[in-house]
Amino acid sequence: MSTNTQSPPLFRGYEVVIGLEVHAQLKTKSKMFCSDSTVFDAADNESTSPVSVGMPGTLPVLNRTAVEYSVKTGLALNCEIRKVSVFSRKNYFYPDLPKGYQISQYDLPICEHGKIQFKVGEKENEYTKTVSITRAHMEEDAGKSNHFGEYTLINYNRSGMPLLEIVSGPDMKTPQEAAEYGRTMRQILRYLDVCDGNLEEGSMRCDVNVSVMKPGAAKFGTKVEIKNINSFRFVEKAIEYEIDRQIDAVEAGQKIVQETRLWDPDKNRTFSMRAKEDAQDYRYFPEPDLLPVVVTPEMIEKFRKELPELPSLRAQRFVAEGLPEYDALVLTAERELADYFEIVSKISKNPKAASNWIMTELLRELNSANLSITKSPIRPEFLGQLVKLIDGNTISGKIAKTVFLEMWKSGEEPEKIVKEKGLVQISDTGAIEKIIDEVLAANAQAVADYRGGRTKLFGFFVGAVMKASKGQANPEMANQILTEKLNKA
Amino acid sequence: MDLLKASFKEIASAVKTKKTSAVEVAQFFTKRIQHLDSDLNSYTSQNQDVGLEAKAIDDRIAQGEDVGPLAGVPFGIKEMFCTKGIKTTAGSKILENFVPPYDATVVSRLKNAGITILGKLNQDEFAMGSSNETSYFGPTKNPWNTKCVPGGSSGGSAAAQAARLAAGTLGTDTGGSIRQPAHFCGIVGVKPTYGRVSRYGIIAYASSLDQAGPMVSRVDDAAMVLEVICGRDERDATTSDQIVPQFSKNLSNSVKGLKIGLMKETMNSSAIHPDTQKTVQAAIETLKKAGAEFIDISIPLTEHAVPIYYLIAASEASSNLARYDGVKYGHRAEFQNLGSVNLDDFYEKTRGEGFGPEVKRRIMLGTYCLSSGYFDAYYSKACQVRRLLTNQYLDAFKKCDVILSPVSTHPAFQIGERISDPLAMYLNDIFTVSTNLAGLPGMSLPFGLSAEGLPIGVQLTASHFEEQKMLNVGFALEQSSPVQGKIPHVY
Repeated sequence: MSTNTQSPPLFRGYEVVIGLEVHAQLKTKSKMFCSDSTVFDAADNESTSPVSVGMPGTLPVLNRTAVEYSVKTGLALNCEIRKVSVFSRKNYFYPDLPKGYQISQYDLPICEHGKIQFKVGEKENEYTKTVSITRAHMEEDAGKSNHFGEYTLINYNRSGMPLLEIVSGPDMKTPQEAAEYGRTMRQILRYLDVCDGNLEEGSMRCDVNVSVMKPGAAKFGTKVEIKNINSFRFVEKAIEYEIDRQIDAVEAGQKIVQETRLWDPDKNRTFSMRAKEDAQDYRYFPEPDLLPVVVTPEMIEKFRKELPELPSLRAQRFVAEGLPEYDALVLTAERELADYFEIVSKISKNPKAASNWIMTELLRELNSANLSITKSPIRPEFLGQLVKLIDGNTISGKIAKTVFLEMWKSGEEPEKIVKEKGLVQISDTGAIEKIIDEVLAANAQAVADYRGGRTKLFGFFVGAVMKASKGQANPEMANQILTEKLNKA
Repeated sequence: MDLLKASFKEIASAVKTKKTSAVEVAQFFTKRIQHLDSDLNSYTSQNQDVGLEAKAIDDRIAQGEDVGPLAGVPFGIKEMFCTKGIKTTAGSKILENFVPPYDATVVSRLKNAGITILGKLNQDEFAMGSSNETSYFGPTKNPWNTKCVPGGSSGGSAAAQAARLAAGTLGTDTGGSIRQPAHFCGIVGVKPTYGRVSRYGIIAYASSLDQAGPMVSRVDDAAMVLEVICGRDERDATTSDQIVPQFSKNLSNSVKGLKIGLMKETMNSSAIHPDTQKTVQAAIETLKKAGAEFIDISIPLTEHAVPIYYLIAASEASSNLARYDGVKYGHRAEFQNLGSVNLDDFYEKTRGEGFGPEVKRRIMLGTYCLSSGYFDAYYSKACQVRRLLTNQYLDAFKKCDVILSPVSTHPAFQIGERISDPLAMYLNDIFTVSTNLAGLPGMSLPFGLSAEGLPIGVQLTASHFEEQKMLNVGFALEQSSPVQGKIPHVY
């Protein structure tokens, strides 16, 4: 495995510089500065109040949970947490910004100077990438303008939603690194349970900054911002397109315009939304309606203790417990899946079998039914019991698959299904001998052939025995007794 | 009972014991407004439901309920305070028809204490002014001399109170907007410590300076109102959880041994009118006789208070007033074809029509101060000096309990005299803005009349959360005040 200290990859002879701004909507019950609900599917302008539509005389009051979630995220991103951070007003006019300013953090953000690591590439090309986190700051969202040709309607439900804006350093050199950074960020936020990470619903939004330059250039090229990309696959594609577009422009002797572009997933291209003419003057100044946000060392310690085990560490632990690295990565991709696995593993005391059942049978069924792990009809405790039934020789692996499908349909306990359907494995020597004797008696010719040297027929006898026992004969015992009887002659 | 002279305690007691009714008291003042306000223009609108509200209080009393310490006391409320269901304009065209669906915390606390609301009181537009001449609804006149201004920005409150067109009124004070009009109109006005009173629902002018307070006829009335409106509010993050003393119960006229500071910078100003000098001197003599000790203090940075104030207030205002954009509520410019209008043109025309010249001046000044390249030189520097000024005050309060000073250099000036000279108008605030910058409590109470018969007040300032000390000195002065209880003769 290599690290990212090697010389950067070139695209048509150009070095690429990529940075990401992630807006994570914090999963608080109420908005950043008032008690409006944060539910996603409220009717237009239902989740509003005098505060969130900026009525005269109304004032913001900080949501403490938003601070807690921000600090926890900062800790998970290895950031320094500022003891006293300050909200500022970012002033600009737009109809969906009801106060004419956004309350945000400017020169004194709550989190700074962090980093995350993740793996990029596959097999022998896999390497570990480290990306710095410049800052993460709290702010409120704006409303949403819906344009209808002649007129515009504004929905202020989103106005005042709590956001944590996480800004990476300009550290990514390839579209894959950028996409992987986004996936890792999403995974961490979801593990912390501070953000849904839903790009389509907009609870997580990615803005990408891309520029190109000749290797060794003293200055980065002019950067272009691509906004509102709703999947990580599109992050990759948008950057790929943008790299080519920018190199084409530079090669043709054109100047790159500093602008904001949008990704069009249908046409597979970016297009210009607005030029960033002269840098807009937001006239930031400290928000006089809010006190500075004080985070004490005691709070930081408390939040640190409450942090869940993060995905990379959890995967490492799973490997140490005997799982292949691939299994560990799949199972830790989502916190809920890892939690599910841990229960199955704990009940069955067989991590490897637990992992196999989840990765093959359960995920297959969930995928084809388009269900998330949290909606699984089979409770993890029951799947653990199923593995236990196999390991305790109560049922065979083959019968277990039948039981699994029955559990999927009914959600019942495996033991109950096994009892009701009479699927208990036959491990009684006498009973198995009796079945084998009957099979051998009914297939005298085959027995003779076998004994005459056609040993390939062994499989036929196994099949016949299993069929006669309705699959319930203990396969190992059946094999052993069958061998003995056939070879007795 | 003489309702022109009765204290809040007397009115509430009479209403509670059914010697009179909240309805009768409200009617008394409503009639006065109808008869006397056409000339003064102190009210912008009257509350049509005041009779019903008063009736509800009487009904509750009849059922044995405790309706609060201000039972049936009728108030006039400055236009800066949001009042549920009652037009709240901030004296501006841009909010000409704005009816808030909520009460300011101060208003709801007073309602819970039993007041009735007579109507809304005129003011300078968005509280930007010292004469009430910038109101979109026309200037209010001074009841002592209708050729004169009542002061500002709470000029409507001061005029209505002076003419007894309300039992009590509410004002807001950002740079002297309670104290200066109280001085011009001969009433008692108190600006509490910043953070003492919730700003929720009060239309913001300059958030780090704005405070609400009572504008009334007597110090004990002011103390009662403060008891009701002060204290932590979950809706205003800048309110303090300091315990609110029982101001009215603790009121004492004993000033023996109290140390009163005289600030070199104000006492020696040559700009002070001789009548004002005389009044302040008389107040000093009165307190000396009562056993107070006077010491000289100096707060050199007050010299810079006016420019600091106008930089900070205008900066905050430029941001606070951005919400009046014609999108959600308030005035919106009319367009032939709205769909084809450019957004900037929409804002420019709406705001151009909606705001008056003084508001525009301050928005431009503030926008300039916050602009990149000027922020450090103006806004940041002003904030630094503000901190140093506060420190100088805190040092001074180690030596004295209360500071006594003039409220303003002159008594009320004539309407039109200064409106065309903004700088002269701004300098009018020279003795009041420092108190706001340092977040201190201050009050103004009448102590004399000029040769022309205009009221002159004195100003008291105390350290943070020391309103009681200030009220006590005011209470002592009031009892010897030659103008206490005086009402301009036509009223």
